[in-house]
Amino acid sequence: MNPPDSRPLEIHDLTVSYHRKPVLYGIDLEVDEGTLTGIIGPNGAGKSTLIKTIMGMVPSNGGWVKIFGKPAKKSYSRVGYVPQRESVDWDFPVSVLDVVLMGRYGHVGWLKRVGKKDREIACECLEKVNMLPFADRQIGKLSGGQQQRVFLARALAQESDLYLMDEPFAGVDAVTEKAIIELLRELKDQGKTLLVVHHDLSTAKDYFDRLILLNMRLVASGEVEKTFTRDLLQKTYGGRLTIFTEVADQSAGVGEYEKETDPS
Amino acid sequence: MNAVCHFKNSLARNALASRVGIAWVILFLFALPLQGEQISSQGDSVLERSYRFLTLSDESVRMVLLGTILMGLSCGIMGSLIVTRRLSLFGDTLSHAVLPGVAVGFLWSQSKDSWAILAGATVAGFLGVALISLLRKTSRIRQDSALGLVLSGFYALGICMLTRIQKMEFGNQSGIDKYLFGQVVGLSSTDLWTMAFSFLLILTISIFLYKELLVAGFDSEYARSIGLPVDFLQYLLWLLLAFAVITSLQVVGIVLVSALLVIPAATASLMTDKMLPILIWSALLGCAAGATGAFLSFLGDQLPTGPIIVLVSAVFFVSALFFHPQNGLLFKCLSSRNRNQRISLENTLKAVYQELESIDFQKEVISVGQLAKRRRASMPQAHREVNAMVAKQYATLHSAQSESSAPLKPTMISLTPKGWGTACRIVRNHRLWELYLTNEARYAPDHVHDDAEKIEHVLGEETVRRIERILSNPRKDPHGKPIPSQRDIDRGFIA
Repeated sequence: MNPPDSRPLEIHDLTVSYHRKPVLYGIDLEVDEGTLTGIIGPNGAGKSTLIKTIMGMVPSNGGWVKIFGKPAKKSYSRVGYVPQRESVDWDFPVSVLDVVLMGRYGHVGWLKRVGKKDREIACECLEKVNMLPFADRQIGKLSGGQQQRVFLARALAQESDLYLMDEPFAGVDAVTEKAIIELLRELKDQGKTLLVVHHDLSTAKDYFDRLILLNMRLVASGEVEKTFTRDLLQKTYGGRLTIFTEVADQSAGVGEYEKETDPS
Repeated sequence: MNAVCHFKNSLARNALASRVGIAWVILFLFALPLQGEQISSQGDSVLERSYRFLTLSDESVRMVLLGTILMGLSCGIMGSLIVTRRLSLFGDTLSHAVLPGVAVGFLWSQSKDSWAILAGATVAGFLGVALISLLRKTSRIRQDSALGLVLSGFYALGICMLTRIQKMEFGNQSGIDKYLFGQVVGLSSTDLWTMAFSFLLILTISIFLYKELLVAGFDSEYARSIGLPVDFLQYLLWLLLAFAVITSLQVVGIVLVSALLVIPAATASLMTDKMLPILIWSALLGCAAGATGAFLSFLGDQLPTGPIIVLVSAVFFVSALFFHPQNGLLFKCLSSRNRNQRISLENTLKAVYQELESIDFQKEVISVGQLAKRRRASMPQAHREVNAMVAKQYATLHSAQSESSAPLKPTMISLTPKGWGTACRIVRNHRLWELYLTNEARYAPDHVHDDAEKIEHVLGEETVRRIERILSNPRKDPHGKPIPSQRDIDRGFIA
């Protein structure tokens, strides 16, 4: 067992703003090893931003992130990141196998080429998501669900201990969605830790064993039974937090105003 | 997102078209006044000149050929890296943005020293690129406008500086204005060394950082997540691009250099959709265009080398566009014509079958007139269709039996066994599909005909077997008409 201070993910008082407008505010979070956690919240709640901030792609304005007890930067080799499907140029000339092999790049290192072993691992991962027959296909010539499965195969090929996934179910048909969640559970059973941004409330309860309710602030975090409650969901999606958002918007406006009128 | 991509694509295409257009204009307008643009070759016949070129007996020929080949390779590799990233216009902007740097390098060294000019131009190119990203980050200017601003602004500045330099005493004999349109004859051995240096740098980096550049180009967010310095790679790419552009300026000139970045890479991406083959093909095409262009401009008397190289590239592009075995327009055109002919033939056969069916298969012949009526076609049209069937040995034509001994024009059609089999199969496909739609997909019987009209031509035998199994070998379609079976096909008639 890991000592409690080296849990996969620990976030303290994390604040992120974009164009002076706060997106995340004072987030405290601890994620335990071997859990499958969903992040839910309304549009613009900062779900993707949270993941990107953990990955260091969005700068934070305060607070810290620790991964496996170390500052985030030192642990990225143990983290597998699955970006949103829209973030990618699907016309780029890479084949399905090329994309999955990218999962091995972190293990291969600079200047070296991917070896036979990496190829074998990549093929196994493709097999797991039933995409091996498409290995040679250009990535843009797949359907949305197939592309998502390739992304998942790439994450598998990374052999990470902590996975951060940004909407892996977006644009995916029901059958694929089921296959993906099966795979995520399998990973969890192997002791991996998974953090998944999810937008569909109706399935959230069945898919995950823990939930993070997010709307700019952390509303709740914990086991599904304790967090998937009417009261907390109302708090996340309902009107109570709108005052908070409005005031934040106004304060951002004041900031802009000050900047514009500042003579220096 | 998509709209932006389309926009970028069309920009790239426009850029390509305008490059080719400019090449033609320069060829015709500037070929006469620009004396000494081409490799000197007065007074020999074409054969003699070819011999001189191909045996590489002249020092100048060797240098020009080496220069154009190095340029083609460098631009080909860099082109493939930027075209696949949808950054074609960056090459264009960079080539214009380096001009003030060329002038500064020239002023600094007081001569046409390649290394000084390379350094000055690289700095200017980087200033241009930095300005573009600065504009994008701090203002609402979009990327395409930022590119246009930097391109024209830097270019104007460079032209002004060069004009001033020309008027100075050391400026006159320099031929520095040749950076605008290129002058391959002026290549010195130092120029070739800088070209070789930049090519080797580009080659080494694109080999050793191939996988890093691949992942950064495809999915930069993911590349960051595995700890790759994506911004550093981007700047490295700009640096290499600047080297490729600057060393090529003397050969093709500022205006045309982006054509050599875009055209070979665009040609390569017509041919394949994998990065490594695109990179290799792009380099080879650039190299081939450089060598061929040098050769042609040596043969012709008044032909400037740079524009000729661009035109050769354009010819390669057009050839790939039309004649590529899988993706070429000609191939697609031919295969679609073949398919249309086959469908038309199959429809004719089906019509013959239906005519025979309408008389309960009492006779084995029908007239061309009957066929025309069923196909709702004119008589000449029907005759053409019948001729097509006869040519493919699906049917035979006979004369109608008549009392008079004079031979009549043949107007009666009967199907050969081959024609009968195909007709039966098409009718079977049609009716089976109709039945499948009504029984399995719950279509109304009056909604299935149009769909079956299309599907009947593409249904493979294996799919037919599967549908037959699902429907447990049906005999009648939803409208009560019999579905021809394999036995009917073998027997040659419907019982």
